[in-house]
Amino acid sequence: MLVRNESIAPGPLLAMTGMTKQYPGCLANDQVSLTVERNQIHALLGENGAGKSTLVKMIYGVVKPDAGEIVWEGQKVTVPNPGAAQRLGIGMVFQHFSLFEALTVTENIALGLATAKERVGLRGRILQISTEYGLPLDPDRVVHDLSVGERQRIEIVRCLLQNPKLLIMDEPTSVLTPSEVQKLFVTLRRLASEGCSILYISHKLEEVRALCSAATIMRLGRNVARCAPAEKTVKELAEIMINMDLHRPTPRPPVASTAPPRLVVDRLTIRSHNQFGTDLKDISLSIAGGEILGIAGIAGNGQSELMDALSGEISAGKPESVLIDGVAAGHMGPADRRRIRGCFVPEERNGHGAVTTMSLADNAFLSGYLRGALVRFGVIDKKRTFVFAENIIRRFDVRTTGPKAEARSLSGGNLQKFLVGREVLQDPSVLVINQPTWGVDAGAALAIHEAIMALAQGGAAVMIISQDLDEIFVLADRIAVIAGGRVSEPVATRYATVESIGRLMGGTSVIADSSAEMAHALSDAR
Amino acid sequence: MLKIEARGYESKFWRYASPILALLLTGATSGLIFAAMDRPPVLTVYTFLIVPLLEQDGFQALAVKAAPLIMMGVGLSLAYRANVWNIGTDGQFTLGAICGGGIALAFPDAPSLALFPAIVAGGIIGGMLNGGLVAWLRIRFNANEILTSLMFAYITQYLLVYLVTGPWRDPEGFGFPQTALFSDNALAPRLIEDTNVHIGVLLAPLIAIALWVMLEKTLLGFQFRVLGQATRAARFAGFNENRLVWVAMLISGGLAGLAGVLEATGTLGQLTTTLSPGYGFTAIIVSFLGRLNPIGVIPAGLLLALTYLGGDAAQINLGLPNAVTGIFQGILLFYLLGCDILLLNRIRWVRSKPKAA
Ligand SMILES: Nc1ncnc2c1ncn2[C@@H]1O[C@H](COP(=O)(O)OP(=O)(O)OP(=O)(O)O)[C@@H](O)[C@H]1O
Ligand SMILES: [Mg+2]
Repeated sequence: MLVRNESIAPGPLLAMTGMTKQYPGCLANDQVSLTVERNQIHALLGENGAGKSTLVKMIYGVVKPDAGEIVWEGQKVTVPNPGAAQRLGIGMVFQHFSLFEALTVTENIALGLATAKERVGLRGRILQISTEYGLPLDPDRVVHDLSVGERQRIEIVRCLLQNPKLLIMDEPTSVLTPSEVQKLFVTLRRLASEGCSILYISHKLEEVRALCSAATIMRLGRNVARCAPAEKTVKELAEIMINMDLHRPTPRPPVASTAPPRLVVDRLTIRSHNQFGTDLKDISLSIAGGEILGIAGIAGNGQSELMDALSGEISAGKPESVLIDGVAAGHMGPADRRRIRGCFVPEERNGHGAVTTMSLADNAFLSGYLRGALVRFGVIDKKRTFVFAENIIRRFDVRTTGPKAEARSLSGGNLQKFLVGREVLQDPSVLVINQPTWGVDAGAALAIHEAIMALAQGGAAVMIISQDLDEIFVLADRIAVIAGGRVSEPVATRYATVESIGRLMGGTSVIADSSAEMAHALSDAR
Repeated sequence: MLKIEARGYESKFWRYASPILALLLTGATSGLIFAAMDRPPVLTVYTFLIVPLLEQDGFQALAVKAAPLIMMGVGLSLAYRANVWNIGTDGQFTLGAICGGGIALAFPDAPSLALFPAIVAGGIIGGMLNGGLVAWLRIRFNANEILTSLMFAYITQYLLVYLVTGPWRDPEGFGFPQTALFSDNALAPRLIEDTNVHIGVLLAPLIAIALWVMLEKTLLGFQFRVLGQATRAARFAGFNENRLVWVAMLISGGLAGLAGVLEATGTLGQLTTTLSPGYGFTAIIVSFLGRLNPIGVIPAGLLLALTYLGGDAAQINLGLPNAVTGIFQGILLFYLLGCDILLLNRIRWVRSKPKAA
């Protein structure tokens, strides 16, 4: 528990005015102000690329402001680096984590601590904090083998160890399941009541309304509003944010039951290549052309293994265990599967779906060179690659300076739009996406959803793997649940409820050993 | 107190300024070392870096020395860009010379038009063989290529010593550890009559340009760059990591073998135990000084070649031991790697330790 007995100076905890940051070709923050009160959970809202991450990085000393004033507990301060921020009592959980894959949880946390003294009894304190705040974490596991959700918990625990007065969270819930989100909220509310304010960035406006008592809204690098989120509807909030009105994607006509299957997974069984990964057990699925299958599940239940086995990054064992348009593809690598029109979007953007230090054009080439015919006699066709990248940027409204921009200069959501666009524009007959709208704002999520639906409408078989049940219910024709490396019998979306699916996802104890039982549980829930 | 702070991005300026700063620091440090040895520092550095160029044919000698360094440095930049850490180019250089030299000794009377190409092919194949073994060990047994390639460097050196002191020793050589001189047919063609300037001087920059094109413009080069920067992304794209390791080791090994056989047939005219004065290791410095860019390797190769000539000049004019070359190169590599911290960090002067809040 965080104990505070210092005398508290009056006035807000943090008051920033005139914060300005110019990137080459992009004014990311323009005279932005932000005030966070004590004990407050304060939301920072804005569409992708609005400048939210840039603003909080300036608070945390990662990005140097060009202008602006930061007043912390009544004192004007400069924050030259994260160390200084931590000494002030500011902790931050980044949108993209900075963990060493080869080290354990404890080792990673130890690395962030300044002195050897702080490391004494670290393992015990990690366990204590993680149980106390409902953040289950095994201190001895190697990060490489952890899911995104688990990695986030490391970052949160890492911050809490420092007894922060302000905890900044950049899109923390985009990787969590509903029940995990509820638990996190309990944690956050408790922190706030104990005197740790929270600055909360999220695109999930429902959550913001439930959690936050104040909100600052940004658009195109400027402040546009301050409000109490509970007093506005989600629709109103979104419209202030993106200055356009939102609608639900129009439902598609049901798929003809006679449509032939385009993606067939037949008794797919593989051992995970990670020591702590999840083995895939006897997965059988079939997706018809024009159909969208949603795979729901809590992170770390075999989603990344399934993704890798479908994309060909790991061999799926027997050739017949994966059929793309009737072609046995289980033994093929990713390039051969793309040749037969399979396209894939992995969950992790940085270093997996994209090479962050390379340009967008290079990243467009990365997975698009085969289907886009971007190579001639072994030589890269720079012109066509450029056009392809420009096309993605235009069609998916990616906010960037152009195809020459480095991938890492894009905001998280914009890079996601680029990566989804890259695959969708390759006209796949089978598309598998892991977490399609991770970190994407409401407007962009709608755009991605519509693109996926249009693709299915055009006859492609689409599999979306997502923890976001809302998303699955909006998109999928049928829903299956992955748990412990097994996939349940899919149910038609109109017969499923959020509760029934959520119950199958939650807690492995509920998940019985055979998928038949799962299907049974589902039909009960109807 | 000095403090190192992360910039949060890679500085474009320091990408090019850091090797220059490293050079200046190397000059200053070696000056200090010379001063400690009671030599006039400025004159010594001058003798080391400038005098060799003032001599008659100084530039020709420089080009001949630089050619093997550039060839090997280019191959290494390619391998290093793909995170394939070939440290044993010296061994690949030596095995190339042995294979090519063996052909030269076996068929002294063959016509030049057939013999020389065969010798060159033998050299390249020798280097590739050595490099390929390293690749195979890494892929088959997951053996670290840093260790295996270095071990092969020692093995080939002993093989060379065995051959030139044993079966291949020149019977009329008064017992010196060297082979007979190669026949004229076996020697590398000269670019300029009656000099040492052999065909390798022309080949080295051409190879550098070719590999630059390969790295920057082709799918294969793209695959190398992706593999070096993000292994997972390379896998996602479907690039075959094992194949790339093979290609990187075969190219860097083959180029080292070519450098070795040209050194034997171009400058020495025979095989001796001192075939390589550490060229393979110097090439590592060359590739880093050239920023792992094949074009950058050309000036870097010239500079390191100068340190060899400078070592000779310092020995003749000032009576300094030849080891000065090694010291200079070592200091340079040290500063080169050290200065690269400026790419991602800045160094700031902080007055006093900030108090913890
Ligand atoms: N290093 C950089 N170089 C150039 N431009 C950058 C850099 N970092 C960010 N930007 C630009 O600044 C703008 C704001 O980015 P920021 O990451 O703050 O957005 P965001 O509000 O966090 O968006 P998201 O919701 O997608 O995460 C974007 O247009 C982005 O392209
Ligand atoms: Mg962001």
